[in-house]
Order: sequence, then structure tokens, then C-alpha cells
Amino acid sequence: MPVFVAGLGAISGIGNNVAECLHSLQESRHGIAPMVYLQSEHRNRLPVAEVKLSNSELAQLTGLPVHISRTALLSLVAAKEAFLDAGLPSGFPCRKAFVSANSVGGMDKTENFFPAFAANHEAGHLREVIHHECGAISEIVAKELGVTDFVSTISTACSSSANAIFYGARLIKNDLADVVIAGGCDSLTKFTLNGFNTLMILDENPCQPFDENRRGLNLGEGAGYIVLVSEKIAGMLHRMPKAVLSGYANANDAYHQTASSPDGTGSFLAMTGALKMAGLHPEEIDYINLHGTGTQNNDIAEGTAIQRIFSNPYPLMSSTKSFTGHTLGACGGLEAVFSVLSLQHGIVFPNLRLETPMKELPFTPVTRFKSGISLQHVMSNSFGFGGNCSSLIFSKS
Amino acid sequence: MEEKFKITSVVSVCNNRIWLNGQLAFECKEPDTARFLLSAFQNLKVTYPKFYKMDGLSKLGWVATEYLLKDKPGFTLNDNYSAGMVLANKNASLDADLKYYQTVASIPSPALFVYTLPNIVMGEISIRHKLKGENAFFIQEEFDADFIAQYVQGLLNNNILQSCICGWVDLLNEDYKAVLMRVEKNGEGVEFTSQNMLTYF
Amino acid sequence: MVMEKLMEDLKTQIVEQLNLQDVKPGDIGNDDPLFNEGLGLDSIDALELIVLLQQHYNIKLLNAEEGPKVFYSVRSMAEYITTHQKANP
Repeated sequence: MPVFVAGLGAISGIGNNVAECLHSLQESRHGIAPMVYLQSEHRNRLPVAEVKLSNSELAQLTGLPVHISRTALLSLVAAKEAFLDAGLPSGFPCRKAFVSANSVGGMDKTENFFPAFAANHEAGHLREVIHHECGAISEIVAKELGVTDFVSTISTACSSSANAIFYGARLIKNDLADVVIAGGCDSLTKFTLNGFNTLMILDENPCQPFDENRRGLNLGEGAGYIVLVSEKIAGMLHRMPKAVLSGYANANDAYHQTASSPDGTGSFLAMTGALKMAGLHPEEIDYINLHGTGTQNNDIAEGTAIQRIFSNPYPLMSSTKSFTGHTLGACGGLEAVFSVLSLQHGIVFPNLRLETPMKELPFTPVTRFKSGISLQHVMSNSFGFGGNCSSLIFSKS
Repeated sequence: MEEKFKITSVVSVCNNRIWLNGQLAFECKEPDTARFLLSAFQNLKVTYPKFYKMDGLSKLGWVATEYLLKDKPGFTLNDNYSAGMVLANKNASLDADLKYYQTVASIPSPALFVYTLPNIVMGEISIRHKLKGENAFFIQEEFDADFIAQYVQGLLNNNILQSCICGWVDLLNEDYKAVLMRVEKNGEGVEFTSQNMLTYF
Repeated sequence: MVMEKLMEDLKTQIVEQLNLQDVKPGDIGNDDPLFNEGLGLDSIDALELIVLLQQHYNIKLLNAEEGPKVFYSVRSMAEYITTHQKANP
């Protein structure tokens, strides 16, 4: 039973909606810059890809109160855009689900609360911690979207929102939902920045994924959602669906808590699993939106796995994290949106700042924006800590 | 037509005791959780230096799985892509989050930071038993047997997995509980249903 | 000798920092490789060794790429500490 993509929504360091993000991707304009909104002692050293709106601007945009976690504000902007984009006939009875991923929850607010509370347990505003856990963020957004049939939150690190998307597809395939808004969100917090800083994998300059001299990743924030619909619903929409989610798979690398195995076992299994489900041969994939974080470890593991599956001529490839930074719980959702845009418009986004190709790999990602190409099948990779690896395949409908 | 699956083994860890298939497998009177988990590990007599480095949640999940798979090492199938895991808990990685946060004031610890995600416990178990199949981790107020049963059944019915470890693993400060079961397509055991799962809690 | 004492201290600190409960400080040879075939340490352990240098010796290793050379053995760590403390008294 096919599952169709009917709507897209995105907010990231390169734009506050899908059109703005697409424009930046076409213009090769990245969003990695010194911190403006995040308060951190690393502000002069570590660039990030922040969404270029303050919390009060986001609150105004969404209609939510300004004290709500930035994670929820970002989520609502993109989820609402996706939902409206799907153009469901109003008042039409169908079962709607919201499957949203995130990894930080309301940590941004907890960080405001904690210093005062740590000094004096009578101090601090409790409303700042009630949305701490990841699920609370999804509940806030689901309520605003008017989704009551099914709400779930997935938190499997950086593959979270790719997992949310295929989980959404399963809800449709098993006839548990007709329409699913699926994807993820994350905001920048001190907790994440300091944590990644201890791992010494943050680049002090804009990152260079798949470059021989890559130095690490830049953190980013944002949200990305796609609206999945059943065949029945797709037939009732005024527009043609944008794509079909034709394959997906998840696998565990079973190697290390954070590092990928040298031969990329988990990524290999995720990609081959998704190909098998879609009934495709590797040579039928036209473009791969890489996980491509820019760390030494990820890029060689992912590259090695790709080398094991694909052969010359290799599909076009690029990491859009060179634009948006690594948005963690949001990246699978954002990159799913970018993959569908690529398919729809016959375009491939450049892997920015690639200077020296990796010497271990027989292929080089695309370095310039390409348009006017015929794409049938696009793969999107998302790999996370805990060895959790996922691949999605979108195909022309 | 939905196939019927079997719960072939069950382990539960709580109140300083480990029960394997209804039999008391280990007991000790250590006053705190960390020392209880250490004793349980030592009782297994396996060399696994990585154990000492894990956070509490991973230690709990790791020890529980070790007992769960002790008698039947055959769980690690030749094609281990078909063995996976679906776990749930209430407190996510809050225990590790708090311990990491305590180090932030001086020098943040990378070794603690890497455990500040709930799915790392599945990573540790996967590493130990070479389970490479799909895995998912859910946060629930209490064990939602219907949900987990439906999810695991879907994975097995659709041949995404041939066998699965599923259940509950939760730890926060001194409170802990793990109930894990092996669900397989073939094998001896009670039928895999939400009602039967709940009897082990 | 100062160097000998420093290496003994380091062994105790390494065992403690990295939670190597199966290893006694005396088991670690001055020139034994700490990674791979040696104590079997991984990338997170390397980061913890950087924390160790900062905590106990107030030395900041900013470039992770220096790690493999500095953390090759207890002796190479001790040598790095000695030269670095001299350079920045």
C-alpha cells in the first residue's frame, strides 16, 4: 500500500519556511554564523546555524505564549506549514496523527530555571520546567494543530525524525491513521552545545562535510515535517501528491555508543533495507541526501557504506548540513523536505565548502547547484548515537 | 491472518532480585542500586570492562539482557539483522542527564554526556549481542502493553524482525525496574499477547 | 625521580578517570600502548584523558588530533605534561 507525501513544512538557519529554505539552497547561501540568541561562553568560538528569529518573534508567528520552549515554537511553525500545504478539504472526517521527534525537549527553559533553583529550592518558575520532557513538546504542538487521534514522540538521537517519518508511514499502512504529520524539531541549548563540545567534534569554522580536511560539525536548530497520506486521501486532494515514500529501514550499527563502525555496518544495513523495501537496485537511486555531519568518523563510515552498495556511476550526493548545520532531532525531517523538493523540481543542492575530496572514496559529492535533471528516486540518510541508523527513499509519484 | 508468536524467556530485575522465567536467578542485599548492579554483573563471571563505564540505565539493561540470553546463546542469529529491540521507560535518560549536569560546573564529562540519550542502552545491548535489527525506544508514563505488543507484532508480521527483545527498563537514582522478554516466531513459551506481558510486571 | 613519580600518579589517575575496574595501576607498563591492543581504550576514553590533563595538571589540549601522540603511553603523557608545564609555568 503506497504512502504519499502531500505537504512540506520547514524552518531552519536558512529560512523560516519551505520557500525561503529552497531559495537559500538554490543560492548556495548557508546559515552558519556567530550566535545571536543562544547565550553561551563559547559564543565567540563556535558558530551555529540558528533560526533567525527571536522567541518573541516566533511566539508572534505561532500565536503561542512567549514563555513556551523554543523547541515547540519551531515545531509549530513547520508542522502548521506542512499541514496547510497538504490542502486537506476542511471538515473532511479522517484520522489524523502527529508523530514528532526531538532530542532536547524543553531543555532551553530548564536551563533558565536551574541556576536559581539550584541555589534555592524555593526559587524558580515551575512553568519553565513543565515542558522539559520530549513528549510535552509534541503535545503542545498537536493541540495547536487540532490533532487528537494519535500523538507520539520519538527520541533516538540524530535519526529521530527519520524514524518518526517511517513510523508515520506504518500507521497508514496498518490502517491506524489516514493523515500523519511526521518529522521533528530541536532548538539549540547550552546542554547540547557543551555536550558536543566535550566530544571535540565541533568545527570552529563553517563545517566541510566529506572534505579530506573536515574538522567536525556545526550545530543547528529548526524543524521539518512532511504530511503523509493514504492512497484514499491522496485521491481526494486537489493537487497531485509530491512524492511517494517508497522505502525505509532502520538498523543498529552495534559498534559503539557514539562512534560509527569503520565499515559503516549500520548505515549499510539501513540503506540496503530501504532499497529492498522499495524494490530498487542501487543504480536506480539518483540522489543521496547524505547524513554528512562533517566529523571524521561519520563521513568515512557513511562513505564506506555507500562504496559497498553503489558503484560507478555513483548517484549524485550532498550534505545539506553544510547549509543548516546539524539540527539533531530535526535533521531527518528537514532533509526529508529537501529530498522531496529535489525530486519535485529536478534539482540537487551543493555540498558547500568541499575543497579536497576524501582520498579514501572513489566519489565526490556535488559542489554546485544543479537544476533541470530528471530524478526518479532520492535517498535520505540519518544516523544517530546509540548506533541507530535510518534511510528513507522518496520516489516520483 | 496474523501469526502467533511466543514469549520464550522473561527476566525481571527489581528489589535487589533478578528473576529468570519465574526462578530466582540472583539476589543480594546491597544497600544501593549501583552496588547491586555491580554484584549482579560480577555474578555473571564475564569479562566486559566496558560495563564499568556505562551509566546506570545501560548497566540495568545490559545485566537484564545478559540473564535473559544466558541459557540460549542462539539468539544471536546468523543473520543478526533480523534480531531487534523495542524498549520503553518512564524517565528516559534523566539519571544520566543529572549526573552529566553535575560535571558541567567544573569540566563537563564526555563519558557521561554520551549516555544522555535513552536509546544508548539499546546501543550497549546491541553491541554486546550483535543485534543489528530495527530498534525503537518509547517514553511512557507506565508500561503500555497494548502499544508495545502491537508494535512488536507489526515488526514480526512484516518480517522486519524474526526475533525481538522487548519490555521496560527504567532507572532514576535509587529506583529501578527492568522487565525484558524475548519474543520469537518459533520456540517454546506462552503466547505473545499484551495480557501475558502484563503478568510479568 | 620526578618523571617516575609523575608516571605512577598518572596510572592511578587513568584507572580512576576511565573506570578501569579490572586494571590495577601497577599492571600498566610505562611504555604500553594505551589504545587499541593495549588497554583497549576508545575515542570517549581519549576525551576523558583530555579532561584528566585539565583537571589534574591544568593543561588544555585544544587540538584533538594531537591525542594519539600524547596519549600513546603513560610515558608520552608524562613527557607532554613535563614540557607543557615548563612552557606555561
